Amino acid sequence: MILLQRFLLVCALLFSIGSLARADDFADAVSGFSADSFSATEKALDGVVQSNNARAAAIVEALQKERLFYAPATKQVVVKDASGAVLDAATGAKLAEAPTELKSVRLNNRLRRAVEAASGQMTLLSADTQKRIAAAQAVYKARDVAALANVETALNKETDPVAKSALSDARAAILLAKPGVSEADQLSAVTQLRARGDQEARAILSSLPDATPPAVKASAQSAVAAIDSRLAFWSNLQNVWYGLSLGSVLLLAAIGLAITFGVMGVINMAHGEMVMLGAYTTFVVQEYARAKAPALLDYSLLIAVPLAFLVAGAVGVLIERTIIRFLYGRPLETLLATFGVSLILQQAVRTIFGANNREVSAPPFMSGSFHLGGLEITYGRMWIVLFALAVFVGLQILLRFTPFGLRMRAVTQNRRMASSMGVDTNRIDALAFGLGSGIAGMAGVALSQIDNVSPNLGQSYIIDSFMVVVFGGVGNLWGTLLGAMTLGVANKFLEPFIGAVLGKIALLVFIILFIQKRPRGLFALKGRAVEA
Amino acid sequence: MSLTRRIMLRAAGAAFGGALALSAFGAKAAEDTIKVGILHSLSGTMAISETTLKDAMLMLIDEQNKKGGLLGKKLEAVVVDPASNWPLFAEKARELIAKDKVAAVFGCWTSVSRKSVLPVFKELNNILFYPVQYEGEESERNVFYTGAAPNQQAIPAVDYLMKEEKVQRWVLAGTDYVYPRTTNKILEAYLKSKGVKSEDIMINYTPFGHSDWQTIVADIKKFGSAGKKTAVVSTINGDANVPFYKELGNQGVKATDIPVVAFSVGEEELAGIDTKPLVGHLAAWNYFMSIDTPANKDFIAKWQAFTKNPKRVTNDPMEAHYIGFNMWVQAVQKAGTTDPDKVIDALVGVKAPNLTGGVSEMLPNHHITKPVFIGEIKDNGQFDVVWKTDGLVPGDAWSKYLDGSKDLIGDWKDKKCGAFNVKTGKCGGA
Repeated sequence: MILLQRFLLVCALLFSIGSLARADDFADAVSGFSADSFSATEKALDGVVQSNNARAAAIVEALQKERLFYAPATKQVVVKDASGAVLDAATGAKLAEAPTELKSVRLNNRLRRAVEAASGQMTLLSADTQKRIAAAQAVYKARDVAALANVETALNKETDPVAKSALSDARAAILLAKPGVSEADQLSAVTQLRARGDQEARAILSSLPDATPPAVKASAQSAVAAIDSRLAFWSNLQNVWYGLSLGSVLLLAAIGLAITFGVMGVINMAHGEMVMLGAYTTFVVQEYARAKAPALLDYSLLIAVPLAFLVAGAVGVLIERTIIRFLYGRPLETLLATFGVSLILQQAVRTIFGANNREVSAPPFMSGSFHLGGLEITYGRMWIVLFALAVFVGLQILLRFTPFGLRMRAVTQNRRMASSMGVDTNRIDALAFGLGSGIAGMAGVALSQIDNVSPNLGQSYIIDSFMVVVFGGVGNLWGTLLGAMTLGVANKFLEPFIGAVLGKIALLVFIILFIQKRPRGLFALKGRAVEA
Repeated sequence: MSLTRRIMLRAAGAAFGGALALSAFGAKAAEDTIKVGILHSLSGTMAISETTLKDAMLMLIDEQNKKGGLLGKKLEAVVVDPASNWPLFAEKARELIAKDKVAAVFGCWTSVSRKSVLPVFKELNNILFYPVQYEGEESERNVFYTGAAPNQQAIPAVDYLMKEEKVQRWVLAGTDYVYPRTTNKILEAYLKSKGVKSEDIMINYTPFGHSDWQTIVADIKKFGSAGKKTAVVSTINGDANVPFYKELGNQGVKATDIPVVAFSVGEEELAGIDTKPLVGHLAAWNYFMSIDTPANKDFIAKWQAFTKNPKRVTNDPMEAHYIGFNMWVQAVQKAGTTDPDKVIDALVGVKAPNLTGGVSEMLPNHHITKPVFIGEIKDNGQFDVVWKTDGLVPGDAWSKYLDGSKDLIGDWKDKKCGAFNVKTGKCGGA
């Protein structure tokens, strides 16, 4: 009896020492974060993850969100929570007063990967489905053999179909990386990844460990071949999408020019600068929203669209009234004068805003991407395609169904006749030029999302715009649409084969040859207007 | 009659004397200052990068004047605008040297602008300080290269990725002109010498100002899915970087998957981008604004006070001008004159502190010793230094990894030759 009691006592003692030691290990590990060296941080992270301590998840999360700090003087490691309160990292106790100097625990890419993998393992059982899916994906990427047990526990509990498939992908990836897994299990893992069929699955299947059994290797190889042929199919579709999205950027830049050059016959070299003014308007609107009304920041692009139209349109009308109207019918002088105007506008913007690029941030609805089958579509590009089509449709409606559109078409087709019928042609000229410039300004809002907002923004688009208008057929908006899309898609199909530089040259040569054959472009205008 | 003649003579004499006095006075005023030429584009496409350097030079000259000038004289900056136009660079350089009689010129950014002013500096025998990292393969008597040569930027960056990130597959992406093409040639030779196979290297060139990166980023992702760790080495020039990084962010290429190390992206370029999706991508430079030394803190404070903008950033080429200018000042003091021949000889061996805690030295090949830092982009647009070389790296004018140049050295001290072949013992190339 006494013996038993003693035995129990010893057991209890041993147990408590054990748990004490474990608590000490954890505290030791946490203090490693204060060493300010990447290898010490890595060791500390490892220790924290291994400890199974209740605070581990909070520390990993803080590390991931860069809210883990240490005090250089006392070597104390602390966590700042979302409210800004400072907690001791190891105990979670709130500190009465925060240390005076705090330095953040620095991460490099290797550590960031380790943190992601650790947080993945720890959030596999989170209550939030999105978090569980993200965790499964992180584990899938990391392929940490030690995570297998956790993944299997999570898989058994999982009810959400998306999370379940992400988890079984993660399990398959680990099974293929782990030595000593049965061949049958590995083969079914290969099948699982083959069904997933994306680039990441391909990466895993083509880099199996050397010790993998030959049967599994052969099966993986055929899976890689199957994935490759599937990806090749989708990559063609993806190229079409890239082409359309490049085409819609060209369309946006060129459609204003289709009015000023195509319809009015004015060679406007300052067209690119109207695009630039639109982009700078976006910048100003966003800065204003940032400073005065942060709630509107996400909608600043929407606000910028009409404003950019007005700003660029007003500048366009001003240029038309003060310069271009004196030069109608003298294309060479117009070209030189508008080129001068473009230089003046560029230098003016450089003087006001500085030569540096300005930052226009992307609103949340334009960031990131989504998958459609095997296609990856970025939201930013998608909205730009839709915006370009909306501008095109709007413009068509304006020209077809409004009195202004009617007068504009009349002036284009026969100026003298229109004038005889009482149309104020001077006014129509100014308004049409303003419309073309205003549309260029709206294009600037879209371009601020994909290109630099700098004084040189317009220059890079002016040549492309002329190319599209000439190729599509001067004076025809449908021609501009088709021209832009054709050039965009052709460019994107040429690029993978001959590179971006040669691709551009090849397109230029093609257009020169095409113009030789059909001098009036894809859609030639017929009738009296041609001779005028 | 005679009276009027005498009066006229006297008047003429007085006028002549007056003119003499005036011209003597004018000459005296001119001698009181030493003129320093600043040849950076203030308009056109390069204005984005070069305007900052003009301001930095004005600040340095201002500082030196506050310390009492040089050789008892004040320094006077002569600023010209070559407008990003290469032939105009040569004209403006001639104007600075022949008309304004400057003692030295600080300027140029692109290699082509440097090449176009080179004949002018040789002909009129003056000094050019060139502050930008470049492709190497050059050592001229009249030019002092204070930016990084490839072995002071590109090679250490690749070494870092190989050792720390265990990268096995490489994408060399660049803008289509001389600096990326030469740098990539050197890097390709270097990687192959380290056992990287041809199929693990992808080289891609894009036009200036390329803005549609969708296909190329997709290609990089595809190249990176072969099961080996992949990294991108970017020599993409200035403006094209913003859409490139935006596309990387949008297509979800994270630094933890495929890191991008850039040689032309600094604090100034990042000022135009939202850097949150870019955290962890890398840059290799000889200076970062975030480096915590007293000299750097002091420099940043002075710069922000000089530009009256508390948010203004500093960057690597500015530090290069800082080092170059201080070296020139010391050499002029050592030579006791601003005569270019004497200053050129005095410059070799001059040591000047850099802003990162070391002391850079002008080498006989007219390049300088510099430390190399690898920084990761942070979400505030600054860099966090994750690696640096032990000590300073001497700049190689001629790359050791290219067949045509591995036996060449530049030595303006003993051999008086920019391309001395150590194998044949002759001057003038292979």
